[in-house]
Amino acid sequence: MNTLDAAFSALADPTRRAILARLAKGEATVNELAEPFEMTQPAISQHLKVLEEARLIDRRVEGTKRPRRLAKAGVEAMDQWLAMLRKALEKNYDRLDEVLAGIDPHKKGEKR
Amino acid sequence: MSKMTLKIEGDTHVIVTRRFAAPPEAVYRAHTDPKLIQKWMLGPEGWTMPVCINDAKPGGKIRYEWSNGKGRGFHLTGEFLDLEPYSRIVHVERMHLPDPTPDNHVETRFDEDGTGTLMTVRMTLPDAKTRAAMLATGMERGMEASYARLEGMI
Repeated sequence: MNTLDAAFSALADPTRRAILARLAKGEATVNELAEPFEMTQPAISQHLKVLEEARLIDRRVEGTKRPRRLAKAGVEAMDQWLAMLRKALEKNYDRLDEVLAGIDPHKKGEKR
Repeated sequence: MSKMTLKIEGDTHVIVTRRFAAPPEAVYRAHTDPKLIQKWMLGPEGWTMPVCINDAKPGGKIRYEWSNGKGRGFHLTGEFLDLEPYSRIVHVERMHLPDPTPDNHVETRFDEDGTGTLMTVRMTLPDAKTRAAMLATGMERGMEASYARLEGMI
């Protein structure tokens, strides 16, 4: 699986998206990540492994701790979410422009 | 220059702005008249809204059902909290995918902008996790449109 496929596949899981959202606020240890999600450490570690393989996150060495943080690709992926939502909304509003162009201004105030 | 902006604010807000050539009254009507809503609030190409209930009064119900015509669909329900014709709509909504998502509190303002309208949509989600999930859902629907285009359906 190439990195892009791995990234999209990793992002398909809601827990992993939430982990990325948490890491967007700053780095965190496995324990810190496990806590809000009410998941066991091994379960979180498995999600982290998938995210790491997708190169969405990486780790830093600090004594015995290995805090995880967003990788550059992770930040770009978050931006991508916004870009895609923007695209879906833009399509709607472009359609709305056409609808508005078809509304007769003399029917002002009339409903349905 | 793009007519639309989308930004996140704080932990729980998403703010969308869009300018329209039409005056606030027309843009407001296009958000409260089911016949008009069914023409534009469709998301990716190929989707339609066979059911559109929009009872535009405080406490009034909202129900939008979308279909891709191939057996796939989902719906949204909500309630109006406050309406000020033709300047402001406040409502809550949730998607059913099929489980309901946490409530999205939405304030939509329609301000005069020359002869047109500046619309500002302020969404408030319960927490950062929910907001991230909502943005991701937007991504998935956007991707769906891209795939549809790849298949030469539009």
